[in-house]
Amino acid sequence: MPEENGGKKSTGLLEQIRQEVKALPQVLKAKGKEELEGLKEPEKTQLFRSIFRVKHDDTPRSRALGVLTNVFFHLHPAKINRDAVRYSYTWGMGGITFYLFIVLTFTGVLLMYYYHPSKVQAFRDILYLEHDVPFGKLLRNMHRWAAHLMVIAVWLHMFRVFLTGSYKRPREFNWCVGVILMVLTLLLSFTGYLLPDDQLGFWAVTVGTNMARATPLLGTEGPFGQQLGMTPFNDVRFALLGGSIVDANALLRAYIWHCIAIPIIASVFMGVHFWRVRKDGGISGPAPVMLESEIKEQKGPRPVIMKPSGTQ
Amino acid sequence: MWGDWHQLWEIVSLPDNIPIVALLFLVPFYAWFAFRQARRTDKLIDQLTADPQLAKSHHRKIFPWKTGWDREVHVWPYLMRIEFLAAIIVTVILTVWSITLNAPLEEPANPNLTMNPAKAPWYFLGLQEMLVYFDPWIAGVVMPTLIIVGLMAIPYMDVNPLGNGYYTYKQRRFAIWTFLIGFLGLWVTMIIIGTFIRGPGWMWFWPTQTWDHTRVDFSVNRNLYQVLPFSLFVPDNFWGRLIFGAIAVGAYFVVAGYLMHRLCMLTEFSRKLYSRMTLLQIVTLQTFLILMLSLPVKILIRLLFRIKYIWVTPWFSV
Repeated sequence: MPEENGGKKSTGLLEQIRQEVKALPQVLKAKGKEELEGLKEPEKTQLFRSIFRVKHDDTPRSRALGVLTNVFFHLHPAKINRDAVRYSYTWGMGGITFYLFIVLTFTGVLLMYYYHPSKVQAFRDILYLEHDVPFGKLLRNMHRWAAHLMVIAVWLHMFRVFLTGSYKRPREFNWCVGVILMVLTLLLSFTGYLLPDDQLGFWAVTVGTNMARATPLLGTEGPFGQQLGMTPFNDVRFALLGGSIVDANALLRAYIWHCIAIPIIASVFMGVHFWRVRKDGGISGPAPVMLESEIKEQKGPRPVIMKPSGTQ
Repeated sequence: MWGDWHQLWEIVSLPDNIPIVALLFLVPFYAWFAFRQARRTDKLIDQLTADPQLAKSHHRKIFPWKTGWDREVHVWPYLMRIEFLAAIIVTVILTVWSITLNAPLEEPANPNLTMNPAKAPWYFLGLQEMLVYFDPWIAGVVMPTLIIVGLMAIPYMDVNPLGNGYYTYKQRRFAIWTFLIGFLGLWVTMIIIGTFIRGPGWMWFWPTQTWDHTRVDFSVNRNLYQVLPFSLFVPDNFWGRLIFGAIAVGAYFVVAGYLMHRLCMLTEFSRKLYSRMTLLQIVTLQTFLILMLSLPVKILIRLLFRIKYIWVTPWFSV
């Protein structure tokens, strides 16, 4: 019974399928055309909208949202002082420093794939990088020169910030954060110096850490160090090197400081630095000039450190 | 031997010294770049000071301005295109630099083979140069700490409300001179000396003078109490040295403090600023200025009079 009924039905179904298959090229063509038309405007697809969330048309609102709704761009405000984009004012050194930090992180991570922080391996790894790893030499060169460039960029950034008086109220604290970041930059560079484990790094770090021996109170050769019981085996230099000489432990410590500890600390300070730039009212200028006659008179001396912000 | 241009070229073209050679051009360029704008701003300030009516209507910047222009521009694209461009330019420079010059790699580390001269990384050569004039605890520990703390104290000591957010010289003479002396005069100059002048044994070799590894420095350095006229009346014993040194260092602080005070009172404007400072600010500023001045002073008395220490004690020497 089911066969009969089914047989009848199946002939109808077959017919239906046959017709559908016949019509398929037409339908597919129409569908495909529609999809292709859609691809001409990818910003209207669900995929695109799920990623970018806001419309991108040529309106001021759209431009602002393009910056504000992007996690990488939202460090910026939507609009800035029209003269602040002039290269002559900022020299772009802060941004270049940050970009170099990114370049250094990128090349540094790649270098880490080839490097063992051990006395046996370290120098050989550099030779391996220089001679066998594809683009290894370029990688190492880029890492080193970017580090040098970053030191220069940091100094020029500080130079600019000083000459424009940008450290003045309300940006005093951010200047301090900047000074710490500069010190961290130098320390990053210095800890990286030892890692190739060659004569250059070894003696530079020996000279550098020998100075730690002379730390007042905490170094064995520093003022009052010996009186406080400091020896070459418990003073601050020992803590830095993990030993009394520049050896395997020093290499490992330099490696950890260089690749993990200082980058993390610096990243935290950078976060604060950038955030404070925004919170302190964006970059400092170019601001309208203030004349001497416009200085507000003080009502008697007050402790300035405690003065509420915003008052002159 | 003089006229050794080959060696000079070797020092200058050493890959690790390229940043310092770059610094030789970059720092003067940007200093010029800043002061060109400062001069233009100062001209505008003079103009506005002379004409209060103009000061009310002027937009107070050296940049062109027309009524009706937006005071602000969109970050996208006006700022971000510059950032992208800067990133590309830096990448290109870095790539070309990395292709043309190789990072230095010496022989494997060998504690039994001392490098001569053993130089710190170039950005610390200022500190290493300081070792000539100060004991390691000052040059290597105290001075760096003072530089860091002193830099961080700047915004809290500078009570001048003018010159916030634009290049100017006339409104901030004292601050700018102090910073230029510290940054260019001491830090950058000492790095350049440490790189190009200091040779084997950290001895002074003029440019084009051959680095002679056998050269011996015969000059004898003496301490202040051993020099005429002090040697006549300072007893060469523990208490004599201790007390004389303390008096000498104290005298330096008094004299330098007085000179710095006179410097702070030089113009009417700086006197006005001085009156706005709290006692804590004045004392901090004076302390940092006196300590900063001690570096060139120590350099001079070492180079001119071959004096090593001012104050000799069993625990430390200054």
